[in-house]
Amino acid sequence: MNSIILRIGSRYVVGILLLFSIYMLLRGHNEPGGGFIGGLIGATGFVLYAIGCGTADARAALRIMPQTIAMAGLGIALVAGLAAAAFGDALFTGQWLFIGAEGDDKGLPLSTVLVFDIGVYLVVFGAILTLVFAMEEEI
Amino acid sequence: MSWTLTLPLVLPFLTAVAAFLLRANPAGRWVSVVGSALLLIAAGSLMLETLRAGVVVGQMGNWPAPFGITLVADLLSAIMVVITAITALAVSVYALADIDRRMEMLGYHALFNVLIAGVVGAFLTGDLFNLYVWFEVMLISSFGLLILGGRKEQIDGGIKYVTLNLVSTILFLSGIGLLYGMTGTLNLADLSLAVEEVENKGLLTVVAVMFMIAFGVKAALFPLFFWLPAAYHTPAFSVSAVFAGLLTKVGVYALIRMFTLVFDHDIGFTHEILLWVAALTMITGVLGAAAQSDFRKILSFHIVSQIGYMILGLALYTPLALVGAVFYLVHHIVVKANLFLIAGIAQRLTGSTELSRIGGLYKSAPLLAVLFLIPAFSLAGFPPLSGFWAKYVLVQATLEVEAWILAGVALAVGLLTIYSMTKIWAEAFWKKHPEGIDPTPDKLDGPTRAALLLPVGFLATLTIIIGFFPQPFVALAEASAAQLLDPTAYVTAVLGGSE
Repeated sequence: MNSIILRIGSRYVVGILLLFSIYMLLRGHNEPGGGFIGGLIGATGFVLYAIGCGTADARAALRIMPQTIAMAGLGIALVAGLAAAAFGDALFTGQWLFIGAEGDDKGLPLSTVLVFDIGVYLVVFGAILTLVFAMEEEI
Repeated sequence: MSWTLTLPLVLPFLTAVAAFLLRANPAGRWVSVVGSALLLIAAGSLMLETLRAGVVVGQMGNWPAPFGITLVADLLSAIMVVITAITALAVSVYALADIDRRMEMLGYHALFNVLIAGVVGAFLTGDLFNLYVWFEVMLISSFGLLILGGRKEQIDGGIKYVTLNLVSTILFLSGIGLLYGMTGTLNLADLSLAVEEVENKGLLTVVAVMFMIAFGVKAALFPLFFWLPAAYHTPAFSVSAVFAGLLTKVGVYALIRMFTLVFDHDIGFTHEILLWVAALTMITGVLGAAAQSDFRKILSFHIVSQIGYMILGLALYTPLALVGAVFYLVHHIVVKANLFLIAGIAQRLTGSTELSRIGGLYKSAPLLAVLFLIPAFSLAGFPPLSGFWAKYVLVQATLEVEAWILAGVALAVGLLTIYSMTKIWAEAFWKKHPEGIDPTPDKLDGPTRAALLLPVGFLATLTIIIGFFPQPFVALAEASAAQLLDPTAYVTAVLGGSE
């Protein structure tokens, strides 16, 4: 689509949507959100960019092939799930690290659950962009 | 937490990632073969564990049932996982010669392994929503495989396939929602107890029928089967072999699981519907096949008719009938995948799958002719091949409950199957090639020939083994049918014995 408004606008919107998608990803642990919805929102940004500026530009901006992103995500999610076995727990049991925990204050909690969610984010992000780019290029 | 339960699920995913990373390298295709071989070993050890313990249970993430996701393997699940691994191994060897460089670069091996992971996941999960997730994994990867290559008829078949399967998925999801609203749980074992306390049995039956339609589409039951013959003759032969062997059978498995474990409150109604659906599925499938003149289209319609036999076993709901259904599942997967692989070799040698345009295989490729006869006769139910025992048990089960018409249908459909098989035999193998081509396998180079013929020979051998030594297989099917009819062990293993 050749529209200067969309072309200029989408450049800004990509950044905002990516930021928002990461916010949704991190928020997802205890509130609505998470990797799946985050990945969808992030992908929306690039889909918009592809519509505005063409898939060639969108691919160049992405730098990495979307298929590779999806597969890397699958790998990360698997590693996060399997990590529990190294600690002797059932697969996909969350492993927690509390940075700077004192008394009741849990500090900064980091977990394999988050790593798994990041994996999901990348799988969804990569898979959606693979499909949309392929379809855009067909037309 | 037992590794035996999770390995068959984790291995295909790991294989998928490795195969994708190595897709530009010729080693990538061997990753798939090695992964499938490891999967077979893992599936074998799960089978042994299941035989020892009865029901193997694992709770993901240490959340106890019914709150977390439960993985369960009873005998039926273990049998299905083993047979999936066997099919995956045969097809991934065949794919070494069948899948070209371009499709490998597009990620064929990764998609194939994700599909296998989806199938194994569906067999092992003990949670209804998780089953839905595995169905989605299967749907997405199978759609990818179906349109890989991008020819026009592939896209055409793929769209029909996905549209109908999405309808089924939506029905499935709505059913899950309604069931959750009524019972407050989605854990299968917990559901099997909870449905007994539902007061509005009529509503429960409605939900049961929703599941029946949803899985009926997946299993290609009458009258929801038409996506199957529209799609299965279009993709690469490796792809259609694994689809033909496994995908519809996941639908059958889901029907067997739900209509023995959860929906057994009104057998007079639900299983009566299944009974007539089974008969109509058998008849329409076999008649549809008789009207076709393409190798793969004939085989596709026969999938439909054979699904009818399995559902017949479920619908009769006697111990013997369920033995027949389980035995039929195993026999059918081996035979059907094999026939599609053979169709691929025939196409390679003669240049087409259209029966009027090929011929001469008997004279030029006698080994292939023998390898075709084994699964073809087995499909039609010739003694002493595996199909004979499968049909024998089922017909005996219909006679036992004095369902004379159904017994007649089962036998007549068997007879008509012979008609289609002899048609393929006469056209592709016996008559001379119309264009005078000599379809000899000597034209192929050694490694290609080995990669194409080895899996076919392997599956044919399996058919013969099941045929000549049916006793252990029948005994296994009996034990599994007993578990299905009395799910107490399944339920207590899931709810009581969490690790």
